[in-house]
Amino acid sequence: MDRTARLWLLIGVAGFCLLPWYTLEDGFWDFSWLFDGYPFDTDYAPGPFLLIQGEKFWLWPLLPLLLVPLATRWRAKSNPAFGWILIVAGGAGFFWLLAQGFAIGLRGWQFEYLELVFGPLGNRQFGMGYGAILVALSFLFALTQGLAARGAVNGDVFVVSSVGFVVALVGLFILYPIVQVLVSAVQDDAGDYAFQLFAEKMTERKIWGLGCLTGPINCGVAWNSLFLAVSVGGLTTLLGLVFALAVTRAGIKSTKLLRALTVLPIITPPFVIGLSIILLFGLSGTVTTTVAEVFGLQPSRWIYGLPGILIAQLLSFTPIAFLVLIGVVEGVSPSLEEAAQTLRADQWRTFRTISLPLMRPGIANAFLLGFIESMADFGNPLVLGGNYDVLSTEIFFAIVGAQNDQGRAAVLAIVLLAFTLGAFYAQRRWLGRKSYTTMTGKGDAGLHPTLPGGLKWAVFGVAGVWTLFTVVVYGMIVYGSFVDVWGLNNTLTFKHYITAFSVGVTEHGIHWSGAAWDSFWTTIEIAAISAPLTAAIGLVTAYLLVRQNFAGKRMFEFGTMLSFAIPGTVIGVSYILAFNVPPFELTGTGAILVLSFIFRNMPVGVRAGIASMAQLDRSLDEASLTLGANTWRTFRKVILPLLRPAILAALVYSFVRAMTAISAVIFLVSAEYDMATSYIIGRVENNDYGLAIAYSTVLIIVMLGAVALLQFLVSERRIGRRDTAGTAVLAGGG
Amino acid sequence: MSIRSNAASVVFEGVSKIYAGTVRAVDNISLKVEPGELVTLLGPSGCGKTTTLRMIAGLERATEGRILIGGEDVTGLSATDRDVSMVFQSYALFPHMTVMENVAYGLESARAPKAEVAEKARGGLDLVGLSGYGDRFPSELSGGQQQRVAVARALVLEPQVLLFDEPLSNLDARLRRRVRDEIRDIQTKLGLTVVYVTHDQEEALAVSDRIIVMNNAVIAQIGTPRELYDSPADAFVADFIGEANLIPCEVVGVSGGRAEVRAGPLSRDFDARGLSPGPARIAVRPGRISLAAHGTPGSIPAALIKQTYVGSRMEYQVATDLGEIFVTSEDVGAGFDVGAEVGLILAATGPVLVAIAPGGST
Repeated sequence: MDRTARLWLLIGVAGFCLLPWYTLEDGFWDFSWLFDGYPFDTDYAPGPFLLIQGEKFWLWPLLPLLLVPLATRWRAKSNPAFGWILIVAGGAGFFWLLAQGFAIGLRGWQFEYLELVFGPLGNRQFGMGYGAILVALSFLFALTQGLAARGAVNGDVFVVSSVGFVVALVGLFILYPIVQVLVSAVQDDAGDYAFQLFAEKMTERKIWGLGCLTGPINCGVAWNSLFLAVSVGGLTTLLGLVFALAVTRAGIKSTKLLRALTVLPIITPPFVIGLSIILLFGLSGTVTTTVAEVFGLQPSRWIYGLPGILIAQLLSFTPIAFLVLIGVVEGVSPSLEEAAQTLRADQWRTFRTISLPLMRPGIANAFLLGFIESMADFGNPLVLGGNYDVLSTEIFFAIVGAQNDQGRAAVLAIVLLAFTLGAFYAQRRWLGRKSYTTMTGKGDAGLHPTLPGGLKWAVFGVAGVWTLFTVVVYGMIVYGSFVDVWGLNNTLTFKHYITAFSVGVTEHGIHWSGAAWDSFWTTIEIAAISAPLTAAIGLVTAYLLVRQNFAGKRMFEFGTMLSFAIPGTVIGVSYILAFNVPPFELTGTGAILVLSFIFRNMPVGVRAGIASMAQLDRSLDEASLTLGANTWRTFRKVILPLLRPAILAALVYSFVRAMTAISAVIFLVSAEYDMATSYIIGRVENNDYGLAIAYSTVLIIVMLGAVALLQFLVSERRIGRRDTAGTAVLAGGG
Repeated sequence: MSIRSNAASVVFEGVSKIYAGTVRAVDNISLKVEPGELVTLLGPSGCGKTTTLRMIAGLERATEGRILIGGEDVTGLSATDRDVSMVFQSYALFPHMTVMENVAYGLESARAPKAEVAEKARGGLDLVGLSGYGDRFPSELSGGQQQRVAVARALVLEPQVLLFDEPLSNLDARLRRRVRDEIRDIQTKLGLTVVYVTHDQEEALAVSDRIIVMNNAVIAQIGTPRELYDSPADAFVADFIGEANLIPCEVVGVSGGRAEVRAGPLSRDFDARGLSPGPARIAVRPGRISLAAHGTPGSIPAALIKQTYVGSRMEYQVATDLGEIFVTSEDVGAGFDVGAEVGLILAATGPVLVAIAPGGST
């Protein structure tokens, strides 16, 4: 028995014997239970104290299973029994823990047939708490150590355990909630399976109706979402390509400004652009009123609906398409284009027959990204949607609205998920293998030819106008935050900032009297807690994907990148469905927010890690191993220090993304844990635009500060080229 | 504290490495490296030599067979648990650590006492002539110096076996010879067991006690440099170690260890080397053939198709009924004309009879 095995055995036993087994009502970080009847009060009692009081008898089997690994003490690691003992003990323990959790809930037996077989159970249990978590980890790592001893992944305990840990997390926090969505979609309100009802809900007119083609009725939300997503995908790709060409092949000198613009969507709360559009084109918007005065027209609400959402999403997602396409456009080897020119092709022919076809996979990739982003977008449709319903907002209204129909929300979530997963799958399977990136990195000097004349001016024109538009939109946000009541009273004032962020000094110290401080600090706290966890999990996963080989690696990769394709609204619904009742009671806590951020942003960390780990020579790891260091030491001493820039980037970006997230958050916030974005949405719904915009401006400045700090730290380390990789990773918002 | 040697033997018993279920990178090889010996794995790229080396290190696991180091079965042990260290082609110095930290890394992994770590690391740097460079970062050193740090880092662990994976390939030509000699000096001075991989036959001949020539995932021949050069086991080895003309011939009879061989007009007897009657090859180094006047008795008739003056010698390409033959001559003054009819005379010693290479590729 080595040190690791002993450590996890101890943790398991300690967790079982010392810590409260069940979730605590007062929250994860509250320790008042220590003085409130612990250890005998059954609410706070650790496992043995429950058992000796005759409570929760189904926990009995866990005790012997926890202790079984002791039997490996007298056996050598190479002895097959060593591995098998751990596998059986860990596997059985983990299984029993889950089984009892799912079988017995708040009302006793969870399943009717169990009641039929065993008779009614005069007992019940709550969600798992500290004790259960540690015991579960102990079982999990006993299992992985057993598997390692039997030769999995060359017997590497660290790697097997990491794989096991990540798989367990992805299973619990991504797959399990999604399965819950599927299950509740086919259940009726009483919890019985009702496939006919499901079929009805699935095919109803409000989702799939085509009334808009023939008459004045609205089309179904699925068609609305699809049409919007295809338009946004196509247009953002076009605009992104225009910008990419402008930067690389039209001789624009101010590329720094354009690159700076690409940071904007990262630090912009998702509905801010929508608000700015309203300030411009809304009923009392600047443009609307000006046009109405000049031409004597009646101001209309035309912006609410498809036009508004489309413009807002284009503004939001074009930079993402640009980030994808700039790599593609730069990736076309200049020597190929020069070769074409020496073969008597003119500029236009070179562009048409060589450059453009080589960019094709990148263009398809950008389209699919835009498609997924648009599908998943929640903030813009919420603010600007009008009568144009889309899936992501419909899901929200099915849960929070007067309907409160979880089944309908689940059905809508399935439809949305099918679209995004389809696009995600297409992107990975169909485009994954097709890459025309022709740069080899060696001897590929040469210059990209400039664009043919006419095209060049078109590119200039479009890029210029769009840049100007973006600048105006962001300008409106800052300006709008100082305007008293937009359109009615245009005097400039600080009152929104004062309402939100006033600070008073009393004899007790600083008093945060502003209305926004609560949600602001909660946001900072939750973002600060989730950022390091996201970065850690992302980097470990990236390490496993890049450096290790194990059975099922492709599935593992798919699972970890999956959450990228799951829209935030779906995550929100699924977390509510999955974590409202035992065995995992998390709703209403800060933990569920942290968890949703970790798993929503995990692909960002994974991609950042993969991108920079691919630049580390594999022989560095191997040198460390042959020098007698184990994988854990190699990871800690060699890989992590060399990945410092990637770690920084992952930290800052997951922090920033946690601050801008809205779609999942809006389902998961509670009175105690309100987040900045959901607070702002609340202001918007009360037509309190001034405060909403002022708050948004503050958020943008805070995040700008975070990103600037990152740029500073990274450039300090003189690894300039990598930060673009870090930014490219971000293509994924909402 | 000086660096000692814990030299141990390396034994492969029927080892294979199979990738993706079908690709045999190494196919059933058996070998033994004696303690204190420098053995080179030599072969063309893709022959399995690097895979063999990595299996000794534990970076690859053998699919079949057993690997023993110092008489102990290490087949199932990972690189971490084997007492072997390796010098990489790219040196693989940790860029974020100083030279001293790099050299001390392995000792610290083994949880050696601090004083011992520092002392041994200094001893290692002394040994490779880099004392005083401890505080520099690898990026501040030249290629040759980086190479020596990598050697020191591997040496201070006093491994049972030290592995080199093409250690000279990133150095310029002039430095190669020097570093090669330094490696050999340290190896003999400390009596280390070294397994060395290269695809450069000259390098292999220069540093090795014995050479293992590999081809197509199997061992073609094991022997001292002189054995390989003078009596290659088959056509592949003859051609790979130095250059050799492989003249097709027919063994017509074998008696008393001598083989009666016919090659075109030539009839001569050779050491049979276990061959039986049938087709074979005569392997002749280009320098072991001389050009003579056409019709000289015992010569093979040939036509000179190309001659090149390369300074220290002449290179001739001639056509015969037995195929094209390459000849070099120290006599740069001899006047032959391209197109002239000449006769080829094989030297009395040098040419050897070899079997057609397995697989028949040459």
